[in-house]
Amino acid sequence: MLIAESILLTIATAATPLLLAAIGELVVERSGVLNLGVEGMMVMGAVCGFAAAALTGSPWIGMLAAILAGVLFSLLFGFLTLTIATNQVATGLSLTLLGLGLSSMIGEAFVGSPGVKLPTLANGIAEIPLVGQPVAGLLDLLAGIPLIGRVLFAQDPIFYISIALVIGVTWFLFHTRAGLVLRSVGDNHASAHALGTNVIGIRYLAVMFGGACAGLAGGHLSLVYTPQWVENMTAGRGWIALALVVFASWRPLRLLAGAYLFGAVSIGQLHAQALGLGIPSQLLSSLPYLATVLVLVLISRNRRLTMMNTPASLGQPFVPDR
Amino acid sequence: MRFELVKRSQHSKLFSALSPFLALALTVICGALIFAALGKSPVDGLYYYFVEPLLEVWSLHELAIKAAPLILIAVGLSVCFLSNNWNIGAEGQFIAGAIAGSILPVMFPDFQNAFVLPLMLLMGVLGGAAYGAIPALLKTRFGTNEILTSLMLVYVAQNFLDWLTRGPWRDPAGNNFPLTRRFHADAVLPEVLPSSGSAHWGIVFALVAAVVVWFMISRTIKGFEVRVLGESPRAGRFAGFSARRMVFFAFLVSGGLAGLAGISEVAGAIGYLQPVISPGYGFTAIIVAFLGRLNPLGIVAAGLVLGLTYLGGEAAQISMGLSDKVARVFQGMLLFFVLGCDTLIHYRIRLVHDALTAKRS
Repeated sequence: MLIAESILLTIATAATPLLLAAIGELVVERSGVLNLGVEGMMVMGAVCGFAAAALTGSPWIGMLAAILAGVLFSLLFGFLTLTIATNQVATGLSLTLLGLGLSSMIGEAFVGSPGVKLPTLANGIAEIPLVGQPVAGLLDLLAGIPLIGRVLFAQDPIFYISIALVIGVTWFLFHTRAGLVLRSVGDNHASAHALGTNVIGIRYLAVMFGGACAGLAGGHLSLVYTPQWVENMTAGRGWIALALVVFASWRPLRLLAGAYLFGAVSIGQLHAQALGLGIPSQLLSSLPYLATVLVLVLISRNRRLTMMNTPASLGQPFVPDR
Repeated sequence: MRFELVKRSQHSKLFSALSPFLALALTVICGALIFAALGKSPVDGLYYYFVEPLLEVWSLHELAIKAAPLILIAVGLSVCFLSNNWNIGAEGQFIAGAIAGSILPVMFPDFQNAFVLPLMLLMGVLGGAAYGAIPALLKTRFGTNEILTSLMLVYVAQNFLDWLTRGPWRDPAGNNFPLTRRFHADAVLPEVLPSSGSAHWGIVFALVAAVVVWFMISRTIKGFEVRVLGESPRAGRFAGFSARRMVFFAFLVSGGLAGLAGISEVAGAIGYLQPVISPGYGFTAIIVAFLGRLNPLGIVAAGLVLGLTYLGGEAAQISMGLSDKVARVFQGMLLFFVLGCDTLIHYRIRLVHDALTAKRS
């Protein structure tokens, strides 16, 4: 039972950054903007989060810095694609290229320096005066439940945020007026504009949300998953997150399944490498990427599913007529 | 006060020509600011980056070596981007070409004659084209997004090369280093001007490819088809052009040229296979393609500029102790400015005084 429990835990840890980056990008794409810069925002979040935590000693400040870095980077993308209407695909690519370059420059001073790990939820809560200790004690108790106890009650705070974000985004998109407006902007920006909706403003907010999520995902990588800085440590996870949005056909709850499936694949290949089954480790390392291709093919074969769900204005620049 | 975009009735010829230079100037200004922020003299920094590599004959040869793969790949990408096919996996096709082209010298080292090199180059082209055909096939057959599939295949190619050089292709006499055996003399791409420096024939391939593709794009019906399908797929359909065939055409051309770049790099500059053979040429070439405004002749100039940033990065690291990572920041910034400046081609920017508009309404 102990092995199954720890495998579940590692899968959740591997899936969390994918889920975070994907849920942000899902909102961005629902507003009609295709931001291919997820990888760049994520890696900037990772390096800024790590640097801030190493300099201040506080992983919490690190997380805030990661989010801030993601938002600032997304604003760069927003200014180009929304304000001066550049090509979204090319601009997203350049965001990724710039992010990878800038992060390796910033991170050079931090290669090999000891990381600061974000505490688990219980340890974090225990630091709060008065109520902290009893609540933390309760969580520790619940974590004793076999198999699912630690998965549900003894993880890092970001895990809970990622789950809450998925539920929150589902509620926002499909049960609030603001969510309806956001989807209308993504499906037909000309009509939304004619109805008096501020298309550009809404898209800016969506892009910033996407940046915050990607930054948080990066912070999770460098402060929770592997608390250290390694150049290009996102290793294509931003791109996998983009594929997950297609896989989920732009529905937040399906992202959960996708992210955990990929978490399982990437953890599974690590375990297979450790067992030394005689399969080349490079083939196993390729599995998450091959799985992404396979999943994309399976999903896009079903033209109706993708056609029905793809935001109709996705990727098209909008310049209001006056 | 804010500004708004006003669509021009026609593309601005002036800004079409001016925008790459504007972007370069902005990058240089930002570069100077970065040098200052890092506590280095901006003048020295810019000198080592953009002037010093041009002063010596040997470093001009180095520039040709760095620019050759960038130009070859970017010329192919221009066909893709003009026809609205987003191949961003050129790095993978570069590796696939290098591997396919190396089959002869690595697996059949005793096969030594004048045919080896041409066969290697051919196999490099075919290897890159075949690898590029995968996203094309998936796009046409299943409607799969080619951006994501072509990029995912980069990681797969990198892992495959890593496995080859550490596993089956490792030189048994190589002291356990992850390298293949050194290519024999018949398998090495010769130097263009052996008396003056080390630049190999890759740069000649690049220049020929640029001229051929430029002619194809601007003077033939096929090039017209590329541009029509890129700008308006609907109009292309009415003209009887096949979008499916164009996807294959674009990916095969760009994959083939990336493959040629890969085998030229391995047979010319390196001389054997190793786990990592490219400092990101396939991605930098995207910047080259856009800086060259997707025009193969412009791409030649852009390839030289981006090649210069690689050399400048090394020079500044040696002379000023500046991180070579700064070069990648330069490259990333450049693409941003290029895309931003291109807006001026299609739009006029008008300043709007909010106080005035408020009074009027």
